[in-house]
Amino acid sequence: MKRVLTAALAATTLLLAGACGDAAEPATTAPTSAGAAAYPVTVGDLTLDSKPEKIVSLSSTATEVLFAIGAGPQVTAVDDQSTYPADAPRTDLSGYKPNAEAIAAKDPDLVILANDIDKIVSQLDQLKIPVFLAPATADLDGTYQQIGQLGTLTGHKTEADALNTRMAADIDKIVKDVPARATPLSYYYELDPTFYSVTSKTFIGSIFAKFGMTNVADAADPDGAKGGYPQLSQEALVKSDPDMIFLADSKCCKQTPQTVAARTGWSTITAVKSNQIHALDDDIASRWGPRTVDLVRAIADAVAKVPA
Amino acid sequence: MTPTLRATRSVTLKPAGLRAGWLAGGVVAVLVALIAGLALGSVPLPPGGVAIELLNLIPGVDLHSGLTEREAAILTELRLPRVVLGLLVGGLLALAGAAYQGVFRNPLADPHLLGVAAGAGLGVTAVIALRAGAPGDATANLPVGVPAAAFAGALLAVALTWLLGAAGGRDRSPATLILAGVAVSSFLAAGQTYLMQQNVETLREVYSWLLGRLATAGWHDVLIVLPYAVVTAVIVLAQRRELDVLTVGDEEASGLGLHPQRSRYLLIVAASLGTAAAVSVSGLIGFVGIIVPHTMRLLAGPSYRSILPLSVLFGGAFLALADLLARTAGGQAEIPIGVVTAFFGAPFFIVVLRRSRASTS
Repeated sequence: MKRVLTAALAATTLLLAGACGDAAEPATTAPTSAGAAAYPVTVGDLTLDSKPEKIVSLSSTATEVLFAIGAGPQVTAVDDQSTYPADAPRTDLSGYKPNAEAIAAKDPDLVILANDIDKIVSQLDQLKIPVFLAPATADLDGTYQQIGQLGTLTGHKTEADALNTRMAADIDKIVKDVPARATPLSYYYELDPTFYSVTSKTFIGSIFAKFGMTNVADAADPDGAKGGYPQLSQEALVKSDPDMIFLADSKCCKQTPQTVAARTGWSTITAVKSNQIHALDDDIASRWGPRTVDLVRAIADAVAKVPA
Repeated sequence: MTPTLRATRSVTLKPAGLRAGWLAGGVVAVLVALIAGLALGSVPLPPGGVAIELLNLIPGVDLHSGLTEREAAILTELRLPRVVLGLLVGGLLALAGAAYQGVFRNPLADPHLLGVAAGAGLGVTAVIALRAGAPGDATANLPVGVPAAAFAGALLAVALTWLLGAAGGRDRSPATLILAGVAVSSFLAAGQTYLMQQNVETLREVYSWLLGRLATAGWHDVLIVLPYAVVTAVIVLAQRRELDVLTVGDEEASGLGLHPQRSRYLLIVAASLGTAAAVSVSGLIGFVGIIVPHTMRLLAGPSYRSILPLSVLFGGAFLALADLLARTAGGQAEIPIGVVTAFFGAPFFIVVLRRSRASTS
């Protein structure tokens, strides 16, 4: 459940992502010979002199990436929220309240973080531990870039590039296979039961945009002042009458199509009337790494079933 | 809700006519809050249609309001319960605050400063985090154990505060009690934070509840809080004369044939029950319990026979109007209700305080 707790936090993350995303220079591709990476490698302002063999990941997204590109054997510890893959070495390290001492005790040669919380980066810098900040990305291109960077750092650039190619091809095919519609479907994406949502300006919004869908939350944050994560008023939500509802709070907050349909005043919403409420896996929906393909597929399956 | 105005021996300093005027003012304030709260919202509805649709709620009436089915649902299923809940919660918090102030003979006593709200919060967090209740649906089914847990936590907190506050001997100075309340509050809040840290899976559920749940209010919440509200109001309002005497002193009260200690316990339990009910449906909303009773004291005099009913009326109106701002000021988005109450309550209180000082000096 590596999730943003509040819109504010999400907004900060996004700002960070924007800031870091722009600042991160393309990885200097080291000359490779038959797939074996040559060190030193540099990504942004981080230079590794040798291949990291004791990686600590405090980001559940990064953990999924590392294992997907074959760097799994180099990972010694991951945080308590890194629930996937099952064989990742989960510890009680926290990504929410990172503890420099506990991290240092693992004697890592590379630490990967999603957020610089509590000045953790400068603390690790003081301990001379190499840190790579892999914040939440703003769109798929950001995800591909991050996968490439993690590939370069861990000596798995070839696998990372292959993963990116495969993901892009899979996603394109899934999107193409969904029949086109005359009128675009509108959707409401629920982050939590108090009606926090995402606008089209977010990573999630960009995925839905691929299907040509319109987002009912866009009106609540037209200028992006809320970082793309507004809390909708229930009245406006009922009035906006989405054709489809997607729940990203099925695990955290036990929301189901049944609980949503039972909400007072919701019976008039088209999505409720036509049984178009779809529970997504919270984790897949909030970790924008290799399993984003599964998210796209889940959305595509739901969209394909809506009668034209 | 208004008590019968019978002539009782009391310490009222202002004539009864004035009090009747303020009571009428309170009823008007509630009506204004109700009408404004129903007429305005993030979705604009035609006022005429709203009025007709509300008439349709009366059994046997079926007029054509011109509202679509969806607009009617927004009005009667979302807006109306939210306004009603705001009135109930605001009235309860203000009434509980007034009762605490009288019982502890302390102008600073309020559900938050005494640690009662923190205690209720800890109780609720425990239920959600430890899954003692059913899975919580923020808009339909509050776990059944929540109000009970909130009440238990509230009573625990007020008992702790009272014991600690009394540690300095028989004479409980206002500052000692409040310091004890702050300490208890911090301790219980720490316990709550620890519970949340230990149960990250339920963190967001607790968090969204903490921020105030009026945003997700439905008739279900109104039905949960209503019985507690009635019990609290009946007990506290019935004790209004005792509260007046308690402010004078325990010996005075005994001399009048009252049981000061019995009244005190009864009032504390009732006020804590009211606070717990309010907290369990709406999360933590500050400022109402301290600002409203004080404002009433400054406007209508120090007798609890005025302060209690006025606090219910104006407290309800204040919170309903604050909630109206919370749901309209942000356009299609919400502003946390606690932010609004603090934002408007604090400056308003300062103005009232200064004016009353100016008029008495």
